Amino acid sequence: MAYSDKLLDHFKHPKNVGTLDKAKKNVGTGLVGAPECGDVMRLQIEIDEESGIIKDAKFKTFGCGSAIASSSLATEWLKGKTINEAASIDNMDIVEELELPPVKIHCSVLAEDAIKSAIKDYQEKNAK
Amino acid sequence: MKNNQLIYLDNSATTPCDPRVVEAMVPYFSQHFGNAASRNHSFGWAAEGAVDKARKQIADLIGADPREIIFTSGATEADNLAIKGVAEMYKRKGNHIITAETEHKAVLDTCKALEKEGYEVTYLKVSRQGLVDLAELEAAIKPTTILVSLMFANNEIGVVQPMKAISDICVKHEVLFMSDATQAVGKLPINVRELGIHLMAFSAHKMYGPKGVGVLYVSRKSPRVKVTAQMDGGGHERGMRSGTLNVPGIVGFGKAAELCQQEMEAEATRLSKLRDKLETELMKVEEVVFNGHPEFRMPHLTNLSFKHVEGEGLMMTFNENIALSSGSACTSASLEPSYVLKALGLGDDLAHSSLRMSLGRFTTEEEVDFAIKAIRDGVNHMRSLSPIWEMYQEGIDLDAVEWSEH
Repeated sequence: MAYSDKLLDHFKHPKNVGTLDKAKKNVGTGLVGAPECGDVMRLQIEIDEESGIIKDAKFKTFGCGSAIASSSLATEWLKGKTINEAASIDNMDIVEELELPPVKIHCSVLAEDAIKSAIKDYQEKNAK
Repeated sequence: MKNNQLIYLDNSATTPCDPRVVEAMVPYFSQHFGNAASRNHSFGWAAEGAVDKARKQIADLIGADPREIIFTSGATEADNLAIKGVAEMYKRKGNHIITAETEHKAVLDTCKALEKEGYEVTYLKVSRQGLVDLAELEAAIKPTTILVSLMFANNEIGVVQPMKAISDICVKHEVLFMSDATQAVGKLPINVRELGIHLMAFSAHKMYGPKGVGVLYVSRKSPRVKVTAQMDGGGHERGMRSGTLNVPGIVGFGKAAELCQQEMEAEATRLSKLRDKLETELMKVEEVVFNGHPEFRMPHLTNLSFKHVEGEGLMMTFNENIALSSGSACTSASLEPSYVLKALGLGDDLAHSSLRMSLGRFTTEEEVDFAIKAIRDGVNHMRSLSPIWEMYQEGIDLDAVEWSEH
């Protein structure tokens, strides 16, 4: 299976690998997938509380090349977005950007799930 | 080692054709192109003579009579012919077949096809190391059992089943014993008479011969076995397999068999040493699980699971330089992780994390050294990206985590 150059670049030089302090109130963490399924994604966002903008995003992913590239791309896209903008990221945007083959579309779905789950975690933490 | 060099550690998938094999084949394309079934002119005689020679070379390798060698298009066809052919030929005796969960798809799917036609199939479980339980095998035999089909060596983990002991049980109960020996022929000393194997399938391309040619060995005496042909036509190969013989392929197969016979012992010694080095060095990495049997195994293969790393992703870190296989779902057409590893009792997570490395005649120590480093680096890199590796290091019990399965 030949992957696109963009995908390979994200795989070889993943952006924003790391861990944010999940105890912090302005950090939302999404952990999706399962080891039995062959992919687990953890995506974290840190929100600037004054502007409501995502100022940092980090990921760690256990999975195939497409899963790693999808999460790396997602973190890049998240930075600088508002929560509402972030929530509108669609998995098909990732599919198109990375030219994912059909058997790898689930990797992009997982990335979208991870974004939504991180947002939900942030919102629950900050619910008044 | 040059950066653009490709290292092939996937010899259980296929082997390169030995140049000496290619050399033997070349005259049989344009010069001696005759049909081996043309009985009345010299073109046919030349082809027939070449096929006879190859038949003997192959028979000698496995301790058979040349008349017991049936040429096919490959091991898959030979497996089909053996199992379906026996099922049809002996259906008045019974309709029960015994095989194992870790067999190749060519055997398993053939058995499944027979189940649809009303045959009954028992799929034996295997131990954590991949061996069938002989007592379980014997207990599974019934008056209606006509065939036991168990592979010689497994393609994913290289475990070697106790052929003689299996045969003794089959003979005691007057059941035919067939073995898919694709991974073993040419690499282990095999004598079908001494081992008591009644039918045996194997193929040229796993032993440095060409693709597209295989053999079914069918015992001619004690017992005299017959299989019903699965293809209609000119009645070639004693009526068991019609179709014009692939003369260049067969000549190559013969040459490959001869070379294996000459070089097997030295090659096995050399490869097991290299394999042990590869395995020992990779086992030094933290949290690695060995898959297979430490003793009853092929000399050229190792299968390891690198915990908390997914196999396809891991392979992508070095697949510009190294070719090997993974039991990860992402590398299979079915999107399911390896059923062989699962049959050993491995969880899906460990199956996803497995690599199979299989060395061959042309593997050098320099290549193994390069691979050790590249695989280690790959594992470290992938672990630095892996959230479950981080969780494991923090002492979190991964089994207790509630994962969102998808």
